[in-house]
Amino acid sequence: MSNRLINWFRYASPQSFYPLAGKLIPWFWALAALFGLTGLYIAFFVAPTDFQQGEGYRIIFIHVPAAWMSMFIYLVMAFWAGLGLALNTRLSGMMAQALAPTGALMAFLSLWTGAFWGKPMWGTWWVWDARLTSALILFFLYIGFIALQAAIDDARRADRAGAILALVGVVNVPIIYFSVKWWNTLHQGASVSLTKAPTMAATMLWGMLIMALAFWMYSIAVALMRVRAIILEREAHTEWVKALPEVRGSTS
Amino acid sequence: MNAVLAVIRRDLLLAMRRKSEVFTALFFFVIVTSLFPLGLGPEPALLKKIAPGVIWVAALLATMLGLSRLFAPDHADGTLEQLALSPAPLGLLITGKIAAHWITTGLPLVLMAPVLGLQYDLDAGALGVMVAALLLGTPLLSLIGAIGAALTLGVRGGGVLISLLVLPLYVPALIFGAGAVEAHLSGLGAAGHLSLLAALLALAVFFAPWATTAALRIALE
Amino acid sequence: MLTARHLACVRGERRLFSGLDFAVGAGQWLHVQGENGAGKTSLLRILAGLAPPAAGEILWHGEPIGRLGEDYRRELLFLGHHSAVKEELTPLENLLFAARLDECALSEAAALKALARFGLKGREALPVRFLSAGQKRRVLLARLAVRQARLWILDEPFTALDVKAVDMLSALIVEHVEGGGIAILTSHQTIPLPGGQVLKI
Repeated sequence: MSNRLINWFRYASPQSFYPLAGKLIPWFWALAALFGLTGLYIAFFVAPTDFQQGEGYRIIFIHVPAAWMSMFIYLVMAFWAGLGLALNTRLSGMMAQALAPTGALMAFLSLWTGAFWGKPMWGTWWVWDARLTSALILFFLYIGFIALQAAIDDARRADRAGAILALVGVVNVPIIYFSVKWWNTLHQGASVSLTKAPTMAATMLWGMLIMALAFWMYSIAVALMRVRAIILEREAHTEWVKALPEVRGSTS
Repeated sequence: MNAVLAVIRRDLLLAMRRKSEVFTALFFFVIVTSLFPLGLGPEPALLKKIAPGVIWVAALLATMLGLSRLFAPDHADGTLEQLALSPAPLGLLITGKIAAHWITTGLPLVLMAPVLGLQYDLDAGALGVMVAALLLGTPLLSLIGAIGAALTLGVRGGGVLISLLVLPLYVPALIFGAGAVEAHLSGLGAAGHLSLLAALLALAVFFAPWATTAALRIALE
Repeated sequence: MLTARHLACVRGERRLFSGLDFAVGAGQWLHVQGENGAGKTSLLRILAGLAPPAAGEILWHGEPIGRLGEDYRRELLFLGHHSAVKEELTPLENLLFAARLDECALSEAAALKALARFGLKGREALPVRFLSAGQKRRVLLARLAVRQARLWILDEPFTALDVKAVDMLSALIVEHVEGGGIAILTSHQTIPLPGGQVLKI
């Protein structure tokens, strides 16, 4: 038990995490491709045409996984941020920083595809639905996090300020969602309800779950690549980074 | 406790000596709310319908105006260091500063709001609900805003950044605050909205000074 | 007794100093010397507990200052680069506020006396904005005179002071140290004080 614990802490240092991440990245890319291709095959060729929504509904195979990931990544980001604040580990802050752009991308994708889905379904690009509105605010929260980190020069200060913002955000996300939902029910007449869940064909559900796995693997792969870049940038002055073959090759 | 009172008293005294800041926010509030009828037309039914939303959005923006000055002068002249080195806990002193901020920016808005409500043809009952909602909501704005002010302290472009950080967090206050008046006008009763606002305020009183203090300590290092 | 053990400070990516050990006992004062950017101010801020050291610890009477918290801050007076004096307030208001913040009782009469001692008589009710830089520093000196703290940490206290004020400050520090206090200060000038240890970083 204690052995395993020590092992884990070993990987909390950027120096040992860097090669580990390097080894893991191809695997996550391979899994992302595998799940992605399977998911898309199901989405386009296996899943039946929806009798109400026609072919247009197929965008949910992108839309729903993106929306799930955008929320999930914020939680993971806040988790790393909190860990970094509590334990003062350098890697946690880097992880949070690496996850933010992917999270923002997912939030943006879910909004964008939501608009594409909305146009043929309800004849409008945007409705002030509770979920759409919450997704929009989540997107703003990501942008705020990224902007705050970008505005602070000192990396450690940026990490810690970002961590506080992420924690404040994570407390607020449920409150915001609840308040938007409350607001939405009060103004029910003006908007279209998206909450009705038509019985979904089993293949649709499978396709969506496999696409979600693909998005998951993609997010991990991209976050690991970004974390490696951040490690190189921040630890550029250390001996071990200078000794890396890829760094030596590029500077000589 | 003495130190907290001293902080509040000093901040109020400072606000008295540079009145322009207090009045800028207040007049901004008045002007913004007066611009809407000019943009939308003077039809009383429409104005009555949008009044709560307009007044609340204007209150949010007016509170935002002075936020970047909440800690910046104290940071620049070293007072913040002295606050951190006081035997009194920094969290309490910061709560005092937030309280002073509310008294100098939030409270004038609350007092001015009924007059603006009259411009929008709100009746006495609706005005009462609006004042109650603002009374609960504006401290919430000061508390949440303080977190943003502390996080952007001494940061490049802090003034713009602060609105990016804080405005999304203001959404619940806006919804429940403006919703209270609307619910009253539609005959549903505002009690639910007001108690939710009070619950949010209780949560913020507990949580916001802590987050603000943590952010200020980072800025002080 | 203030003890520093193996202190290290990292600013950005630069290591300013490391392995710093020293102890200052009651009735002693320490002159921190070093070139610009050597980390004098950073050291003083670490000693005051405003910033954590990258490594090492600081003990006050054998206890880590982080654990002492309030009890340490009660015995400490720190004056940094900035004056911590509000331009809009009068010297008297500034002094009274500082005293309340330090939670030490200070009557208005005592505050006026301290201000008079530092040549600010007749200017007690004038906003600090109208005072010269040197007079602003004198407001701070008045604070040294009224505050009962065992440990003084002063960053460049002699800047912007005229000859007379330098003498007054020196006298204050001597009085403080002879009364069993501790003073730690930085200065580019040679300090006109007897005794004292020197720490070069």
